[in-house]
Amino acid sequence: MAVEANVTDSTFLFGRLAWSKLPITEPVVVYTFVAVVILGAAVVAALTYFKLWGYLWKEWFTSVDHKKIGIMYMILGLVMFLRGFADAIMMRLQQVMAFNGSEGYLNAHHYDQVFTAHGTIMIFFVAMPFVTGLMNFVVPLQIGARDVAFPFLNNFSFWMTVGGAVLTMVSLFIGEFAQTGWLAFPPLSGVVASPREGVDYYIWGLQIAGVGTTLSGINLIVTILKMRCPGMGLMRMPVFTWTSLCANILIVATFPVLTATLVLLSLDRYLGMNFFTNDLGGNPMLYINLIWIWGHPEVYILILPAFGIFSEVVATFCGKRLFGYNSMVYATVCITILSYLVWLHHFFTMGSGASVNSFFGIATMIISIPTGAKIFNWLFTMYKGKIRYELPMMWAVAFMLTFVIGGMTGVMLAVPPADFIVHNSLFLVAHFHNVIIGGVVYGVFAGINYWWPKAFGFKMNQFWGHVSFWCWVVGFWLAFMPLYVMGLMGVTRRLRVFDDPSLQIWFAIAALGAAVIAFGIFALIMQIFTSIRDREKLRDVTGDPWDARTLEWATSSPPPAYNFAFTPVVYDVDAWHDMKEHGYKRPLSGFKPIHMPKNTGTGVVLAAISVVLGFALVWHIWWLVVLSFPALIAAAIWHTFDYNRDFYIPEATVTETEDARTKALSNAV
Amino acid sequence: MSSEIVTDPGDERVFHPAEEPHHPEGHSTPLGFWIYLMSDCLIFAILFATFGVLGTRYAGGPDPKELFDLPLVALNTAMLLISSITYGFAMLQMHEGNQKGTIKWLGITAAFGAAFLCIELYEFSHMIHEGAGPGRSAFLSAFFTLVGTHGLHVTFGLVWLAVLVVQVRKHGLTLANQRRINCLSLFWHFLDVIWIGVFTFVYLMGMI
Repeated sequence: MAVEANVTDSTFLFGRLAWSKLPITEPVVVYTFVAVVILGAAVVAALTYFKLWGYLWKEWFTSVDHKKIGIMYMILGLVMFLRGFADAIMMRLQQVMAFNGSEGYLNAHHYDQVFTAHGTIMIFFVAMPFVTGLMNFVVPLQIGARDVAFPFLNNFSFWMTVGGAVLTMVSLFIGEFAQTGWLAFPPLSGVVASPREGVDYYIWGLQIAGVGTTLSGINLIVTILKMRCPGMGLMRMPVFTWTSLCANILIVATFPVLTATLVLLSLDRYLGMNFFTNDLGGNPMLYINLIWIWGHPEVYILILPAFGIFSEVVATFCGKRLFGYNSMVYATVCITILSYLVWLHHFFTMGSGASVNSFFGIATMIISIPTGAKIFNWLFTMYKGKIRYELPMMWAVAFMLTFVIGGMTGVMLAVPPADFIVHNSLFLVAHFHNVIIGGVVYGVFAGINYWWPKAFGFKMNQFWGHVSFWCWVVGFWLAFMPLYVMGLMGVTRRLRVFDDPSLQIWFAIAALGAAVIAFGIFALIMQIFTSIRDREKLRDVTGDPWDARTLEWATSSPPPAYNFAFTPVVYDVDAWHDMKEHGYKRPLSGFKPIHMPKNTGTGVVLAAISVVLGFALVWHIWWLVVLSFPALIAAAIWHTFDYNRDFYIPEATVTETEDARTKALSNAV
Repeated sequence: MSSEIVTDPGDERVFHPAEEPHHPEGHSTPLGFWIYLMSDCLIFAILFATFGVLGTRYAGGPDPKELFDLPLVALNTAMLLISSITYGFAMLQMHEGNQKGTIKWLGITAAFGAAFLCIELYEFSHMIHEGAGPGRSAFLSAFFTLVGTHGLHVTFGLVWLAVLVVQVRKHGLTLANQRRINCLSLFWHFLDVIWIGVFTFVYLMGMI
């Protein structure tokens, strides 16, 4: 291409950005761009017409309320999920078409961006926001707190995550994204092999989001350690809070590693250093070790909260205390520690020798023991329980059936000699989708169905929920079983065209599976839409529609800004169940003013400047870097001059809110 | 914390405490800041590990014995260590409620910190002039990045110090400002500890 000749040409005003860098030769991208512009304009017009900007800004964007921030995380995750899934569909289409001499419909330049973007987006901007959103919403409620420890930081973290997502999305239309795979291994991601802006988009998108993730990790750890209500010792915390604590400890213990590693990669790219180059002493394998020291714990950051969700769901819908609470906690802690000791199993083929590979292989297999203990705990909770197969419980059962298969193929991959055979194959691709979809995604769906009534005060639509459930469960097996089969036959991942016509049928089945999943996603959207449409019919005024066991169900749905008018006292695991057993009566008077943090727009401002800075760095627009970096620091300092960050919700407002609930409760009876 | 109130499942139930547990603003800041410091410590851990792997890859370029000027680095180390002591004096003044004394010692700390930075910048520019820039070899990339990241932290600490002095002047030694001075104190001493690691593993061991 002519473009490649002048990739590093630069002008003062626009850096390396030029008309020739826009992907106007890619029809798929152009049509998408047109669609996005039309849709975006429609949304902006609608918001303006209904005069919603002020409301959104005051009540949502600047909010430091952990519940609203949690919901915004979920919306971000859902939007990015659609993008990530569009990438998946494109890959499935390409791979089923590119047989018998056909090149498919995506050229290599585009296809490589698609699989890179799919992985990056699904992990960083779908799974992470979903999990963080649920933790944000649920954890303070479960521990009887009014908010997180650092409410402003929480808002800032969210907007930095959005900032990273925005920069990643911008790469779709302005320039290109990385073509390196989702972890951007050098030397391919180095400046020699990838001179254009794709890898830089990847780096700065992740760095901006990474700041948010690290800070939100610190925030939730401190919240759980410092803000629990009276009587809630560590061994009385709900299991979801426990798994959130462990996941956030892992975030703080690993995201700085990612940050440092990407800094080193950018120093190679921007300043001509030699960390991971092939020349002058650089060592690409160092990057691969470092990035997996982050990367392996990362998958446990995602799965541990999902385990917590299933624990809550199974206990609630079996009407029993969770079997083996203590062993559940210890298993979680064991997994947390072990997850940090297995990174090398991602590259047994590096050639580190039999003893090193044995250590990491065995450490990996040991993880299946605490995980297995968890599965048995859930099964024993179900044993002789009065199981109600509501949607969250259905997802939990589907998870157990799916996840053990994924775990088993994981143990197979943990055997170094076996890994040498299936390394980098579609077997691996099938394995991690098996555990991430079967574990994290099903967990998130269980969580959404379970906590939706808490967040909004009405249950979700059952019909579309069931449609979505069955499409996902069936579609998943259709889409990924063929990948297991082909992986065992030796088909490697990330291929664009195929020579062997006998493989096409497997890709056809996989594409059919993807189509079924696509309908499952459509059903999910329909479920959300119909739930909101029929909200009066689905209304729950009790605040406890599932007869659940933990404290978040002790307050109204949706909870008031202050969560609890009076802080609860905890006497046992399953605090809310214990309160109900002992004849808890809601206090109806004697309310006091409640101390709360104030909203602030600083988080939005800082994240917006960060996006500008990231964009300027991607395109080497140095004057903008020189302007936006000091602006970022100045805005942060400006915020520290605001000493007046809290206020009291007056007694009258609290009384009014609580009286309204009293009235609603008595009307419902 | 309030969760330390011990309750037993056999107890008579009191569903709400007589006195609402109060979390005054900033009560969690010390713990949060410690955890942040540990996350920062991990960044340095990775840079140290990188230096450990790449620190002997000179790629035919200069090695530590040709480049490092130990007396200069010793002087530099002294600057930073003294600045930690003077920060300690600022803390003592703060605990006595002496605003002027606090600001004075913070100023002295800043002066030593700035001296440290100037010496470091001189060392860097000298090395680059000799053709030993960060792109010359993996060893030099790792060296400049590890030492430079520490230097960036000191720079950030100086900016923070300046802002704090303005804030103390404006609002006095309020609880919020005391908390901030405390956090910066942790940060400043943390950078000292990191520097001792740098001095030992990069400079001293490089000369062996």
